Amino acid sequence: MSNHAPYIRQPASVRSIMLKVLAALLPGIAAYVWWFGAGVLVQIALASAAALAGEAAMLALRRKPLWLFLGDGSALVTAWLIALCFPADGPWWLVVAAALFAIVAVKHFFGGLGRNAFNPAMAAYCLMLVVTPQWMSESQSPVAGQEWQWVALGYLLGGLWLIRQRVITWHIPTAFLVALTAIAGGFHVFNPAAYAGVEFYLLSNSAMLGAFFIATDPVTGATTPRGKLFYAGGIAVLTWSIREFDIYPDGIALATLLMNSCAPLIDRCTQPPVFGNKIEPPAA
Amino acid sequence: MNAILIMALGAALLGVALRYVPVKRKVDEAVLAEQIDALLPQTQCGQCGYPGCKPYATAIAKGEADINQCPPGGTDGIHKLAELLGRKFKPLNTEHGVEKPKAVAFIDEAVCIGCTLCIQACPVDAIVGAAKQMHTIIAPLCTGCELCVPPCPVDCISMLPVAVSVDTWKWQYPVFEIKPAATTATATKQQSA
Amino acid sequence: MPRQFFKFNGGVMPADHKAASTSLPIAEFAALASLPGELVIPLQQGNGGSLRALVEAGTQVLKGQRIGVGYDDTGTAVHASTSGLVKAVEMRRMPHPSGLSALCVVIAPDGEERWITRTPFDYRRAGLAATRDYLRDAGVLVGGDFGATGQLATLVINGAESEPRITCDDMLMRERADGVIQGIAILREVLRASEVLIGIEDNQPEAIAAMRAALAKRGAENTQVAAVPACYPTGNARLLIRVLTGIEVPHSRRFADYGVECFDTSTAYAIYQAITLGQPMVSRIVTVAGNVERPRNIEAPLGVPLRALLALCGPQADTNRVIMGGPMMGMTMPGDEVPVVKTTHCVLAGSPALFPPPPPEMPCIRCGDCARACPADLQPFELYSFARARQFGKAQEYHLFDCIECGCCTYVCPSKIPLVDYYRFAKSEILARQRDQEFADAARERYQFRLLRAEREKQEKAARLATKAAAAHAPTAEDAKDAKDTKKALIAAAIARARQQKEQVTPANIDALTPEQRAEIAKIEARREALQSSAKTAPPQDE
Repeated sequence: MSNHAPYIRQPASVRSIMLKVLAALLPGIAAYVWWFGAGVLVQIALASAAALAGEAAMLALRRKPLWLFLGDGSALVTAWLIALCFPADGPWWLVVAAALFAIVAVKHFFGGLGRNAFNPAMAAYCLMLVVTPQWMSESQSPVAGQEWQWVALGYLLGGLWLIRQRVITWHIPTAFLVALTAIAGGFHVFNPAAYAGVEFYLLSNSAMLGAFFIATDPVTGATTPRGKLFYAGGIAVLTWSIREFDIYPDGIALATLLMNSCAPLIDRCTQPPVFGNKIEPPAA
Repeated sequence: MNAILIMALGAALLGVALRYVPVKRKVDEAVLAEQIDALLPQTQCGQCGYPGCKPYATAIAKGEADINQCPPGGTDGIHKLAELLGRKFKPLNTEHGVEKPKAVAFIDEAVCIGCTLCIQACPVDAIVGAAKQMHTIIAPLCTGCELCVPPCPVDCISMLPVAVSVDTWKWQYPVFEIKPAATTATATKQQSA
Repeated sequence: MPRQFFKFNGGVMPADHKAASTSLPIAEFAALASLPGELVIPLQQGNGGSLRALVEAGTQVLKGQRIGVGYDDTGTAVHASTSGLVKAVEMRRMPHPSGLSALCVVIAPDGEERWITRTPFDYRRAGLAATRDYLRDAGVLVGGDFGATGQLATLVINGAESEPRITCDDMLMRERADGVIQGIAILREVLRASEVLIGIEDNQPEAIAAMRAALAKRGAENTQVAAVPACYPTGNARLLIRVLTGIEVPHSRRFADYGVECFDTSTAYAIYQAITLGQPMVSRIVTVAGNVERPRNIEAPLGVPLRALLALCGPQADTNRVIMGGPMMGMTMPGDEVPVVKTTHCVLAGSPALFPPPPPEMPCIRCGDCARACPADLQPFELYSFARARQFGKAQEYHLFDCIECGCCTYVCPSKIPLVDYYRFAKSEILARQRDQEFADAARERYQFRLLRAEREKQEKAARLATKAAAAHAPTAEDAKDAKDTKKALIAAAIARARQQKEQVTPANIDALTPEQRAEIAKIEARREALQSSAKTAPPQDE
């Protein structure tokens, strides 16, 4: 037993953090159900079951404590994000396959909780986008309809609560939304015919989910305060570029993966100065 | 299809280039020997087969000696040398001795006859004494090379392991316990397996 | 007047539990119980480095008599904390997490508490250097560079006892504010500080009031009591200096480089005792708290076993360990027989209910809570990953040694990782490597010098021989061989003698010595034996 000072610990745990994230998703899910029906609940249930099954299998294979890690809630967060990103009217196996891929390949092949280099949910989204493009691109209308605004508002509320709860910091959501607004708005003003407006981005399903729940994944993202700004800004710019110049309807998944790969470098370059080294010390 | 061919071709070309472009790191041998010497423990014990740390370093620099011949440096030392020279780690060559905890020589002064042979053997001048006077080891200077032990005609020198003191004590690596026996399912499965 | 305070990043606010040990006044140990059968005073200082014993077994000592001094003039002396008989100077277990032993003076108290003659010290006439030496000899830990840099802009007095459960400084200021203020006045005068700021956390209103009252009575100029916002670890000297003056002194620099200096209130009080009362440091106020029925502060003579202190406060049955220090930075002691030393400000009885073993450790999820809690502005999770992978160079690049081991990161970590344990491990590994490197460098130098000397001697001999040959006849090989033979014969004879000596066991070369010299030899032998026996018994492993 390693037991040196400090002998007291705050009650927060990985599990409580993950449960708070899940709770923060509820307003968005409620709006989703209200406007689009209960289909998404089925998707969430399917994805959760698949993710938990995959997690349990991998934990057993890797001889890790089963209940400790199953109970941490991280697989559920991945599953819920997958269910919310994927088209609600897609076939049932789509989310199941995605959740299994996310947990088994993206998370556990890299060493499990805390070791994965890429966001599991977004990696699964990208895989499905490449493997089954007909299911991914058609069903979900990318256009920001009246209904999506309410879902986005739900995510926004949940996200603000997360900031209040100190689960996430303001840096990533703010930088993401500001950068997205700036680049989309700028180009729209410059050429409204060729470029979509700001509201198209901000009020779509993915922007708020991305800003508060996807880009904020601490394991795969940047962690220094300045680094978070660069990281989230990068995701926003890439998201916009992919949407405008590429064939994919929604760029946030790919943008997140690309910035995931840059996160270690960003962290390295944005180390905050340590105590006493913020200003030039006087000569000895 | 074309894309795949282009990629494959590119990879093959780069591979060939990497194989045949000689990675010549032309380092002056003397400079390299200095760098190697800086990593050696300076016991000057000669267990490597060379008369001191510097000669061994020079021999490594010239490619005459291997990096795993220094028992006092131990596994850590070999790792450092391997890193400096860009070579693969290899375990200590036991022909040259085994890794031991650090010890210092101790002279039983009641038995010492004052022959000065150990003083002549000590490579770091850590023994004081004069002819027909008893000798003693300056323990903080002793490197534990054991070179003074064989010349002693009365076998009054012994090697004592250095005790850990409050000042030199090290904190242990925190126990990384991620498999508590309490977790039911896996634990029972492991036990039955 | 309201002062503007500066902020440091991070910090945590655990429940302080200070009320428990402030309900009873400070009690003298002797008033509660008679002294135990022996007091153990280590010949070690808080910051490492050992002392030379001035007494030996059988010496009668008076209370306040110096019994250990430094080998050089930087070591702070230790004193007998009661009058009595020195039972032994021997290896005893230290109040240190390693559980290792060091040389200690063991005193059997005679119960009379006879003091040495105590004479006040005239620091005004003596001047700075003599005052520093006097304090060193009086056993007050003031630091080696005390007053080394001339004038000070600000003298910070650290009464910000931010760690939970510890109240010894709080109670000291409440009950003995006048002494503390006098000590501060001496410090201010000796160090020629233009301003004195006494930082006390605002959750200790009684101490603040007492200090302000004492200050008003004494009328010290340019001295202020500042009620700083309570937040752990404000009690860290660097952080308190930051809060009060806005100056951030980096880990690698001394306070004096920035024109500030920081002393604890307990140090100020010890200075008052040493200079005004002529009383060396023989006791200190210790908070005894945790799993005890009557937590309180006790003025304990140095060398009293922790067990005796705990016994006065009614330890509860499920007490399973003794912690020296507070719940954030304290060290688990190897046993409850280790003595109170000068740095013992708190003794906690621990129990599984009070300090439960941490939940199972989970992998780091890089949530950054630790970085937000870190008062040194480090990235603890990065340091953790480097220390865990034994990448010590990287850890140093990320400023491992700026870590003050305050424990905030471990306190907040949702994955329950013992982060500070990793830093302690990495730091001690790096320090050990540096020691090894320095040792190797010194050995290389001596080896090279030896080679040089051998070469020089050869040349000198050749030169001598040459002159000799020029003067007389040239030496032949025959002569050399003769010389060698004689030498061999001499050695053979010596070997024979040695063999005889070995059989006789008693060394023959001490016959002609005076009794004093023999006693000296016996003492050295005994010391050596002690060291050797401690070397042979394997050091206890840290659990």
